[in-house]
Amino acid sequence: MTSTRATSWSFREEDSAQIRGVLQDFLRDTSARTALLVDRAGQMLVTVGEAPNFDPTAFASLTAADFSANDQLARLLGEPEFGTLFHQGEKESLYLADIARRVILVVLFDNRTTLGLVKLRMRGAVQELTTLFTALFAREGDGTSAVDAGFVGDAEDELDKLFGG
Amino acid sequence: MSLINYASREINCKIVYYGPGLGGKTTNLEYVYEKVAPSSKGKLISLATETERTLFFDFLPVDLGTIRGFKTRFHLYTVPGQVYYNASRKLILKGVDGVVFVADSQLDRMEANLEAMQNLYDNMSQHGYDLTKLPFVIQYNKRDLPNAAPIADLDGALNPGWTVDDPARQKLTPDPYRAGEHLVREVNGIWVERVPTFEAVAVKGDGVFDTLKAVSKLVLKTLG
Repeated sequence: MTSTRATSWSFREEDSAQIRGVLQDFLRDTSARTALLVDRAGQMLVTVGEAPNFDPTAFASLTAADFSANDQLARLLGEPEFGTLFHQGEKESLYLADIARRVILVVLFDNRTTLGLVKLRMRGAVQELTTLFTALFAREGDGTSAVDAGFVGDAEDELDKLFGG
Repeated sequence: MSLINYASREINCKIVYYGPGLGGKTTNLEYVYEKVAPSSKGKLISLATETERTLFFDFLPVDLGTIRGFKTRFHLYTVPGQVYYNASRKLILKGVDGVVFVADSQLDRMEANLEAMQNLYDNMSQHGYDLTKLPFVIQYNKRDLPNAAPIADLDGALNPGWTVDDPARQKLTPDPYRAGEHLVREVNGIWVERVPTFEAVAVKGDGVFDTLKAVSKLVLKTLG
């Protein structure tokens, strides 16, 4: 089935509160520094824990690309996917996991914790987040208007200002 | 697919520049990066080879400011044009909201243009997207070169139009960007629609913002 227009999906405040709760518990249990959620199109959804000292927009786009590239590598090997990825640095490391095929959980951690503990606790967090996001995506296309009526006009005016009218 | 994040009050839209190798996709982004006010742009990221050919993608976030309480941002991506990078090219289309096809106007690049256009249709369709229904514009780049093909020839090859089946849309629709021409018109009893096109010399910046503005407006309309 092909889509007839660019469908948008929304992320509500109550979604954010529940998801943050899961991530805060996870960080407390593991002593990892920061947990981030990025969608597969490269957009940052949520950041919990220590504020990252990097550009979050760039980070999100590279994370999505990283995961997508590894998905293809998995398929070349005959695997349906690599559900998790691990990048080890001297001080900082990243552990990434797929959530419901649409979102990526990224955990940033250092030597205050261990890979083993992060992996162990990640399973539960991934399960909880998968349940939350599956419900969130099931709500898509429920007919609610995405933005208020004046948004498009105002946004066009800003475009003219930014790119020349 | 644009993401409306009510929790952080953000709207992000993804625009992908597609086209044959060395056609000027990265040049478009570099010009935007150079000219947009520092407060409105993020970091330009290029995953390129040592010879500055795009290996995976270029990425530039452009901030439109806060509109009706939502921080609104366009994420601009290019894909690698070289034929053998199809796997990475396809990945970048995931979640796309709008497409700019950057064609190389030079006569001897016509075949490369056609191949890239066919590849775009194929990759979009493999993602389940219908290019004829999404915001889509074409840029004819390198118009300053002596061997640039006439616009009519480029239109004939790359923008012949597709049939309009919906009776409600079968009406003469002026092209807002080309005086006296139409985006939807009747040809030999069949209604056809083509996409907006822009002439450009991206190295000088000519046509770069006209193209970006047009596709951005089409994307915004899908949110309304």
